[in-house]
Amino acid sequence: MTGALDPARRMVLGLAGLVGFFGLWALVAASGLVGKAFLPGPLEVAERLVTLLHTSFAGGTLPQHLASSLQRFSAGYLLAAAVGVPLGLLMGRFRLLDDIVSPLFDALRFIAPIAWVPFAALWFGTGFGGPVLIIFSGAFPPCLLNAYRGARQVDPRYIEAAEMLGTPTHRLILEVLLPAATPSIVAGLRIGAGLGWQSLVGAELIVASTGVGYMMVQAQSGVATATVMVGMAAIGLVGVLIDIALRALEARIHNRLARA
Amino acid sequence: MPLGRRSAIGVTTLGLLVLAWFMATGANGLISPGRFPTPADTWAAGLQAMGRGYGDATLVVHVLQSLKLVALGFVVSVVVGVPLGLLMGTSATAEAVLNPVFMLLRPIPPLAWIPLAILWFGLGDTAKIMVIFFAAFVPSVINTQAGVRTIERPLIEAARMLGTPHGRFIREVVVPGAAPMIFTGLRLSLQASWTTLVAAELVGALAGLGHLLNLAQQDLYPGMILVGMICVAIFGALTTALLGLVERRTLTWVRIKGETA
Repeated sequence: MTGALDPARRMVLGLAGLVGFFGLWALVAASGLVGKAFLPGPLEVAERLVTLLHTSFAGGTLPQHLASSLQRFSAGYLLAAAVGVPLGLLMGRFRLLDDIVSPLFDALRFIAPIAWVPFAALWFGTGFGGPVLIIFSGAFPPCLLNAYRGARQVDPRYIEAAEMLGTPTHRLILEVLLPAATPSIVAGLRIGAGLGWQSLVGAELIVASTGVGYMMVQAQSGVATATVMVGMAAIGLVGVLIDIALRALEARIHNRLARA
Repeated sequence: MPLGRRSAIGVTTLGLLVLAWFMATGANGLISPGRFPTPADTWAAGLQAMGRGYGDATLVVHVLQSLKLVALGFVVSVVVGVPLGLLMGTSATAEAVLNPVFMLLRPIPPLAWIPLAILWFGLGDTAKIMVIFFAAFVPSVINTQAGVRTIERPLIEAARMLGTPHGRFIREVVVPGAAPMIFTGLRLSLQASWTTLVAAELVGALAGLGHLLNLAQQDLYPGMILVGMICVAIFGALTTALLGLVERRTLTWVRIKGETA
């Protein structure tokens, strides 16, 4: 709570933190306190990452596993957005729909997305459909909630003005509610992407025969700790990239709205 | 709009849904019993789990096992996370050193720690606690740190000017000031604890609700899957309600405005 540090000092301290982290990791790994098989050092993990870029492990190279993970992710996420956003807007507009859907939604929300895994596998199999349902159940709630909150926060005077002018319902939703709710919707899409990506990892750990999660489970049963850690890094990195992409989209939309 | 109408519609909807469940499943229903259980199947599975047990233990044992791990993992994360958040909130140096490491580890989804946890600690309780820790620790730290930032400057300056010793300053100014945000963090931590525990038990466990779900999936036993899911929902809701109760008892001076989860 002392005043802000100057940027140079901040950077030095930050670097010290990172060096400390990697140094401690390398030191413990090199000391032999923990078996080499269980804690490879940072360099070994980096080497393993480079190897996995072109060598196959558990049925594919790292880019191939990532591609199949991303494919599942896109399907589940787009489905969640395509159902959640319109439903949220409609719930924000029509009281009756809100009253009907909200209790269901609240009841289902207590079930962790990952607890759907058994039914997902039973209904849609373990290849593509099952994991897609898990991603959907992770990404859906923020998509719906944010569209709903966005629509509810629209200044009622706009809605009253549109109604008074006899605007048909579909135009009211598309031309009044949607633009006004856009910032909230985009924020929801971003949160949903993060949760969907997390759920995907869970789904792939349990049911799947491709993807980064599957690669990690295979590596775990073969005590290939470096490969497990490469998987963790790859998942983290792709998650960050998805977030960066959606943040850029968010900024663009904000700019456009500010100019309009 | 009176609340009465809303809850009446809610109860009606849930009632209709249960009715639809009775109608759609069963011998001549739309949904085959192999895909979704009938209410009678679910009831029977529930009775079996309570009485004879399923997966080497009765339902009570599975529930207690999961509750124990959630409680342990949650407590460990909070005991480490809240003080760390206080430290990062009050000391700019600590924040500058720790933040980059935190930023580096944070994007790794908690569930991605599961294989490493199993490699290091096997299928027992320690691995579960490690995974819950990585999931639940982050919201505790972030919200505590953010809570410290929300404390009004004049309060801090007044305490400084009066020469309040550091220990008292933390106990009587920082902690109470940050408390509402700390509780927000605790609630998120608790949710994260449940999600990751269920996932970790699904991946590999010897007991617990996730273990029960996993076996039911392998045995193609939809009734038992539903029993497991209902238990996860009920006990998740109960622990959240318990934390809410503690929050209201503790934060008697705060009126939480427009609170949403």
